[in-house]
Amino acid sequence: MTDTTQHALRELDRVVIRFAGDSGDGMQLTGDRFTNVSALFGNDIATLPDFPAEIRAPAGTLAGVSAFQIHISDHEISTPGDAPNVLVAMNPAALKANIRDLPVGGTLIVNVDSFEDRNLAKAGYAENPLHDDTLKGYTVYEVPMTSLTIQATSEIGAKPRDAERSKNFFALGLVSWIYTRPVEPTLEWIKQRFAKNEQVMNANLLAFKAGYNFGETAELFESAYEVKPSTHLPGTYTNITGNTAMAWGLVAAGQLAKLPVFLASYPITPASDILHELSKHKNFGVRTMQAEDEIAAAGAVVGSAFGGHLGVTTTSGPGVDLKAETVGLAISLELPLVLIDIQRGGPSTGLPTKTEQSDLLLALFGRHGESPLPVLAASTPAHCFYAAIEAARIALKYRTPVILLSDGYLANSSEPWRIPDVESLPAIDVPFATEPNHDGPDGTRLFWPYLRDEATLARPWAVPGTPGLEHRIGGLEKEDGTGNVSYDPANHEKMVRLRAAKVAGIATDISPVEVDHEDGAEVLVLGWGSTYGAIAAGVQRTRARGRKVAQAHLVHLNPFPPNLVEVLRRYRKVLIPELNLGQLSKVVRADFLVDARSLTKVQAQPFKAAEIEQAILECMQ
Amino acid sequence: MSETAVPVTTKKDWSSDQEVRWCPGCGDYSILTALQMLMPELGVRRENTVFVSGIGCAARFPYYMNTYGMHGIHGRAPAIATGLAVSRPDLDVWVITGDGDALSIGGNHLIHALRRNVNLTIILFNNQIYGLTKGQYSPTSEVGKVTKSTPFGSVDQPFNPISLALGAEATFVARTHDMDRKHMMETFRRAHDHKGGAFVEVYQNCNVFNDGAFEQITSREARPQMLIPLEHGKPIRFGPDGGRGVVLDGQGRAKIVDVAEVGEDRILVHDEKRDEPGLAFMLSRLAKGPFEPTPVGVFRAVDRPTYGEAMQHQLVDAQQRLGPGDLTKLLHSGATWEV
Ligand code: SF4
Repeated sequence: MTDTTQHALRELDRVVIRFAGDSGDGMQLTGDRFTNVSALFGNDIATLPDFPAEIRAPAGTLAGVSAFQIHISDHEISTPGDAPNVLVAMNPAALKANIRDLPVGGTLIVNVDSFEDRNLAKAGYAENPLHDDTLKGYTVYEVPMTSLTIQATSEIGAKPRDAERSKNFFALGLVSWIYTRPVEPTLEWIKQRFAKNEQVMNANLLAFKAGYNFGETAELFESAYEVKPSTHLPGTYTNITGNTAMAWGLVAAGQLAKLPVFLASYPITPASDILHELSKHKNFGVRTMQAEDEIAAAGAVVGSAFGGHLGVTTTSGPGVDLKAETVGLAISLELPLVLIDIQRGGPSTGLPTKTEQSDLLLALFGRHGESPLPVLAASTPAHCFYAAIEAARIALKYRTPVILLSDGYLANSSEPWRIPDVESLPAIDVPFATEPNHDGPDGTRLFWPYLRDEATLARPWAVPGTPGLEHRIGGLEKEDGTGNVSYDPANHEKMVRLRAAKVAGIATDISPVEVDHEDGAEVLVLGWGSTYGAIAAGVQRTRARGRKVAQAHLVHLNPFPPNLVEVLRRYRKVLIPELNLGQLSKVVRADFLVDARSLTKVQAQPFKAAEIEQAILECMQ
Repeated sequence: MSETAVPVTTKKDWSSDQEVRWCPGCGDYSILTALQMLMPELGVRRENTVFVSGIGCAARFPYYMNTYGMHGIHGRAPAIATGLAVSRPDLDVWVITGDGDALSIGGNHLIHALRRNVNLTIILFNNQIYGLTKGQYSPTSEVGKVTKSTPFGSVDQPFNPISLALGAEATFVARTHDMDRKHMMETFRRAHDHKGGAFVEVYQNCNVFNDGAFEQITSREARPQMLIPLEHGKPIRFGPDGGRGVVLDGQGRAKIVDVAEVGEDRILVHDEKRDEPGLAFMLSRLAKGPFEPTPVGVFRAVDRPTYGEAMQHQLVDAQQRLGPGDLTKLLHSGATWEV
């Protein structure tokens, strides 16, 4: 391929690109490729995939539009960008669904071939927007991507209908040229990915090169752009999505605890990828089971935990509803398990592919009876790795079910991750009971399954196969110590309080919440979960205006870090942004009598940095 | 777990110190006794034995066995036991359940445990009523059953648990009843020794809410006329002097006949190892309920790899192909770059 010397090369510190097309157009693949090549190049990146719930909604319609936004930068960034600078629209529907997000002055690249009557009508355009004033104010590049792709691939005898499918690689090639991405990694990747089908491989290679060369030779673009690598900490990096990080974190937790991992799950969007990923790693002794339903998945995990395995079940909101009874059983049995909830828009089926943080109260309180359990939330895609390990550590140490919250945004978006040294990850100590622990009245040694450790209040974990420790446990209330069935009223109160005290006591065993404080700050922005990036960016913007503001982000949502109360009292105002109707703020107000302000959004999209900034500024008034 | 010889035990060793709390006269007692008497004969260790149950009268069973045990939640015992059995193939896992537990709220888990052929011994106490919730009709109650929740008689078609298990691809399916300890012990022994998901229906009398539900076939006097013993490789005959038998009629249906009328040669020879479950299914349909001559014994016992074994093979295979898990390698398995 030719070099770019004849064009001007302009430097950018960051750019946000959105690829949008039909769900059959391969936009997620295109975005993913662009992400990986940018990550390899050394940019900081953040991505936002956004696709419909239907696998193939009718072609050309607004409902079928699939988009992938990527933010690449030469400095550290924490969000996929509030708005794109560049929109690539593969058809009229993609244009219509996305153009409102492109700020005036933005760049628009359209596949002009698709702007014919039928597609225009399907998208609801009476007139061709390329021919009227609709796109006034944008820099519009009309590129005949379909026909150029067909032309480029004709040499290998691809039929036009087949050739057309490679047009996303044309788009990728073109955008790769504009942003001076290295081409080799993508060519290599195409060769590997499509190795089984040479015709398709060659068509994609030709389409990609054609797109790249088109940018180079078409004289359409006056310059190419360069986004220099970011200055990361030294180390080895990989680009990782939240769901992959979560799966790897579970593998790591098993290794650190020296326990086999048992994962039972029922397929559900957007959690299924964790099941898929873990199923690949059986050589770690990881057992995965696709259960007959959500309830069975939770039940099988309880069974595996009784057997001494690290039991995990992954799901999304509706699945959490179904598992609630089994989680209650695990609370009563005091057996460890990790339930991972990849939150999505609700209620009911809601918005299966879209993000929301509306399961916090469900996680905290969604079971009958007094049934507290530890709740954690991951804050970035890579943080899912550490959050999974921490959830497993707490579950195993305190013999309790733990709910770990992620969401659709974290699940599918990615960021560069500095791969940790495995040796630096702390081991998880799991002492199984091996000996009787109590003297009977006649002096014989007995095993009491509910005789607790004084420090942690955890009960002993004696697994079947251990001679002399045979015991029965169940969901009926148990007598303190012996674990025998007991209907005694005073014993019930004692057990309810003991279980609650055990969970509350975990507060002394977790990291304090860190505050990114500035002297003179009177407003604290408190967040949890996937809003971390947007809040950090909003706080930066506020500070760039010379205003003082502090930020804190919670990983542990039950129990809260012990210093949280003191942190909250330090600020005159507390702002809590959440992708729900104010769930954490409700808990903070109730627990700490703090008059927290709530910033809420339920539009199936992450916060924009500007929205956070504006709310902070309003808070300061 | 240990290599030493299995210690000699007695019924007492297998009985826990908990007071048994079923109603006096309940059929559950005789099932408990049969199992506690059988355990010392099975050559297994207490510490490697686990009883898992759901909810209901039958589900209290694990508390009375001096083994590992879990009293779970309603209907979910097969799911819980599946997780335990596949993560710990070294254990002997039993599931104790009832007709409401296994066939109503837990129907889905039962059929999937059976089709997967999880190495479990599932004992279903069928008393055709809800006992613990005080007498509502169950999914095995006969049409027209008058209970508190059906004062005008139930209008639900009942399940035939044997037919259901066969339809769910179970590899071992048997029936016994609470009035015959020897038959119970023999059936439980066979079920325990079967590798894979073994399903045993036990006709069990609930003397409080459904007394006498099986009396017409299980009372000492009725048995010879009303119970059809299934024995592998033997003609299916019953009645005094084996005067009655089962044949396949011209339409391919199982039918009860007088042996003298059709001749001994035409009597169906029971083959529990038939791969095709159709004939076993037909035998399960011989009686419309426990008021007609009813087959007892093993309907089906075939070999199929168990779910746990298959899962274990995949683990071993993956280790051979990919080498033992290396976390550092995993974390570097995507595209990486140095800074
Ligand atoms: S209610 Fe019926 S099944 Fe339950 S214990 Fe009493 S007699 Fe037995």
